Amino acid sequence: MNLSRRGFLEAGLFAGATGLVASRLAFANAPTDARFVFVLLRGALDGLSAVPPVGDPDYAGLRGQIALAKSGEGAALLLDGTFGLHPALRFLHARYAAKELAVLHAVASPYRERSHFDGQDVLEGGGTRPHETQSGWINRALAALPAGPGRSGVALGANVPLAMRGEVEVASWSPTRIDALDDETLARIADLYARDPLLSRRLAEALESDAIASEAQAAADAEVSDDTAMTGRPENLVERDAKQRRNNVARFAETARAAANFLKRDDGPRVAMFDTTGWDTHANEGGAQGQLALRLRALDAALETFHDASGPVWRRTVMLVATEFGRTAAINGTRGTDHGTGAAAFLLGGAVAGGRVIADWPSLSRGNLHEGRDLRATMDLRAVMKGVLHDHLGVPQPALDSKIFPGSAAIRAVVGLIRS
Amino acid sequence: MIASQKPLAAAIAANRFGLGAKPGELPVIEKDPEAWLQRQLAGRVPVPGGAGLKPSSETLARALEVRNEVAEARRAKKQNADDDGAKVAIALKLPALYRPVYIEEAHARFAHAVTTDRPFLERLTQFWTNHFAVSVDKIVVLGIAGAMEREAIRPNVTGNFAELLLAVERHPAMLLYLDNQASIGPNSRAASFLKRRGNGQGARKLDINENLAREILELHTLGVDGGYTQADVTTFAKAISGWSIGGDANNRGFARLGLSNGKPGEFFFREVFHEPGAKKLLGRNYGDDGVRQGEAILKDLGLRPETARHVSTKLARHFIADDPPVPVVERMTRAWLVSRGNLPKVYAAMLGSAEAWSEPLSKFKTPADYIYSAYRALGIPAGERRRSLQAFEALGQRALQPGSPAGWPDTSADWDGSSALLKRIAWADAVAQRLGAERNARELAPQLLGATLGAETARSIARAESGSQALTLLLASPEFMRR
Repeated sequence: MNLSRRGFLEAGLFAGATGLVASRLAFANAPTDARFVFVLLRGALDGLSAVPPVGDPDYAGLRGQIALAKSGEGAALLLDGTFGLHPALRFLHARYAAKELAVLHAVASPYRERSHFDGQDVLEGGGTRPHETQSGWINRALAALPAGPGRSGVALGANVPLAMRGEVEVASWSPTRIDALDDETLARIADLYARDPLLSRRLAEALESDAIASEAQAAADAEVSDDTAMTGRPENLVERDAKQRRNNVARFAETARAAANFLKRDDGPRVAMFDTTGWDTHANEGGAQGQLALRLRALDAALETFHDASGPVWRRTVMLVATEFGRTAAINGTRGTDHGTGAAAFLLGGAVAGGRVIADWPSLSRGNLHEGRDLRATMDLRAVMKGVLHDHLGVPQPALDSKIFPGSAAIRAVVGLIRS
Repeated sequence: MIASQKPLAAAIAANRFGLGAKPGELPVIEKDPEAWLQRQLAGRVPVPGGAGLKPSSETLARALEVRNEVAEARRAKKQNADDDGAKVAIALKLPALYRPVYIEEAHARFAHAVTTDRPFLERLTQFWTNHFAVSVDKIVVLGIAGAMEREAIRPNVTGNFAELLLAVERHPAMLLYLDNQASIGPNSRAASFLKRRGNGQGARKLDINENLAREILELHTLGVDGGYTQADVTTFAKAISGWSIGGDANNRGFARLGLSNGKPGEFFFREVFHEPGAKKLLGRNYGDDGVRQGEAILKDLGLRPETARHVSTKLARHFIADDPPVPVVERMTRAWLVSRGNLPKVYAAMLGSAEAWSEPLSKFKTPADYIYSAYRALGIPAGERRRSLQAFEALGQRALQPGSPAGWPDTSADWDGSSALLKRIAWADAVAQRLGAERNARELAPQLLGATLGAETARSIARAESGSQALTLLLASPEFMRR
């Protein structure tokens, strides 16, 4: 962003709509100092490979060729006597040791069917049925906080996903080259949108986010030292089409870095969300190496990038990494897994009371599988979300039970997730 | 339609149901907007051609040759021809084969969309391609996703839904995208054979993959609330086990046993993979009838009221409004059931509804529609291959890559993010910088937007300080962003 554009913004053309100017003056009154990030893995992450229950007697048999070993080459990174992490998740394993990672297992939203799209809708909407709401639980949580600067969110991507949609302003951001656009033309477009409330609001949000991102970029350019994290760990990405894979990993890490840059600011948003696809491993899923391993490595690298880039706000951060549902306990006929139920999830960040696996493990024995095929879900993800929103962001209990997760009064928040 | 509404109806026909007006087109449409749309459905359906466009069977056969070459090379070096190393070698070679084909396909369909005189037909085509989505981020379909549109979708857009459905579900791109080509019945002859040989232990487990069956029920036909169960999914998957592709190198073993291996790269019912026996699905019995068992199920699915309603709703949402008017969906559903899936009758029921012509500008254009309409508005030639495809990349809708079998989403909230808007404006500005001196936005605006052009926008364009700024304002205006 050039200086004249900032001048244009601060001249107040958009001040009414965005509060950008106001927020710089008044961030001391922000409703919370905590940061929250939601990372949604679309396509149903195989929790039994990401967090393999290597100590469960039925695990190896069900998983056949893709089972991860307890020891030896390509073994799971052990967490305790029952669970390990996939060997691609080295950064997460280190955070576990540092007690900044809590691993959740056998979790699920209230959704019990097997459609990705409805599953994501329930997970993002925060209700109990698909298409129950037009807004998302994160946005409604923001709405329940006292009004003030910082009570806003940012979605990393061109558009805002359902979890972040709602009455509170949420911008979306992804890299756009607008240097060539001159401010005069932008001002005229803003006038043109005066009669179109949606476009008017979107343009204002876009320019505000662009201003923030440009500043972050300028700061990053000034300290050139830390761009190695951007490319993840290229030495492990030789399996196939290495260059494209590297680009994908780099893009994902770049997204995570952008999220950190927004959250780092005192006057920036308190909440961010980004998502990835490619977890729907119906065929040739792979074990310690292969398709899923590559995805997990990219996820691990992105989370590490966020950690490195977030600097001082890391200790005030909680990231929830979740997926719409799990996958079948047994592998299918094409060395992959089909849509299932119980899933794994992660709570990561300096504010997490971590170093433990939180699970009421239902076991993989045949009689205990949901409908004879899936890991049974023994914990409602909403209980985890409630615990984080209440203890970390300070969202009041009554709002959690009714507005944010409608009809969830019977679902008790998990306590003690946040470091005191 | 009363005469005074015709100018508005013409703009709606061109922009809501078409791909955006070309200069000079609105007066022609205005004579009878609905008839202009209906006429586009009559007659032979054009299929984009071009030297680079090959049948999917040819591309797949070439891919099979690549596999065989890799296997031979490894055998010559006394390496395993079917291990992970072989897979890596193949995976490294396939993109080089597929990528040029993809670029050629994507460009051909782009060039067709920006030039066609039957834009309503093209919108319908792209609707169906998205309804039956395959996504080229899965590398195995990169070289054949475009061919699927030409081979399975285009010939059936003005036909019967049952034919369209069958053509799509048999197409190798769909079979590969949703993993059906290697789905094997647990009691099939292939599974029994391996069990007898004692290979069952520790070797690959032979079983179905339910991916395609589930998505046919959930996305292509009944819809997620269509009343089917997990048991129906599993049964259906068994019924279509064996729906595969000919010549698969992995099945050479069967060829050696004297079993047919089909024509390379074409649909092949691999009988030895098929789960034998009668099946019961959604209350109906289907006899042990080989490939016809799955065909009969598909035919019935296409005629079920849940399917008629689900697909009619999607059509009405695509064309008319994010929350489609209930009476229109009712009329379309009825037309579907009465005509037993005759698609032109369903389209006619939509176009014949007054609600389809009210509330101008109710839809926010997808990035693809936005790009097509800008190219048509300004008469930009589709031009050089890579460059024309970069626009889609930049605005977030890469050709044939919706990223999931659900296809691209279809409501405003899915596309109107602040960053998405800014990208659109930046792209419009770049186009305007290039063409501003040669195009007169003030004259173009009424020719493109007709009666939907608002006074504010007209004034803003008139007061622009340069030709290119005027053009940016036209392309960025709410009237041009919406349809």
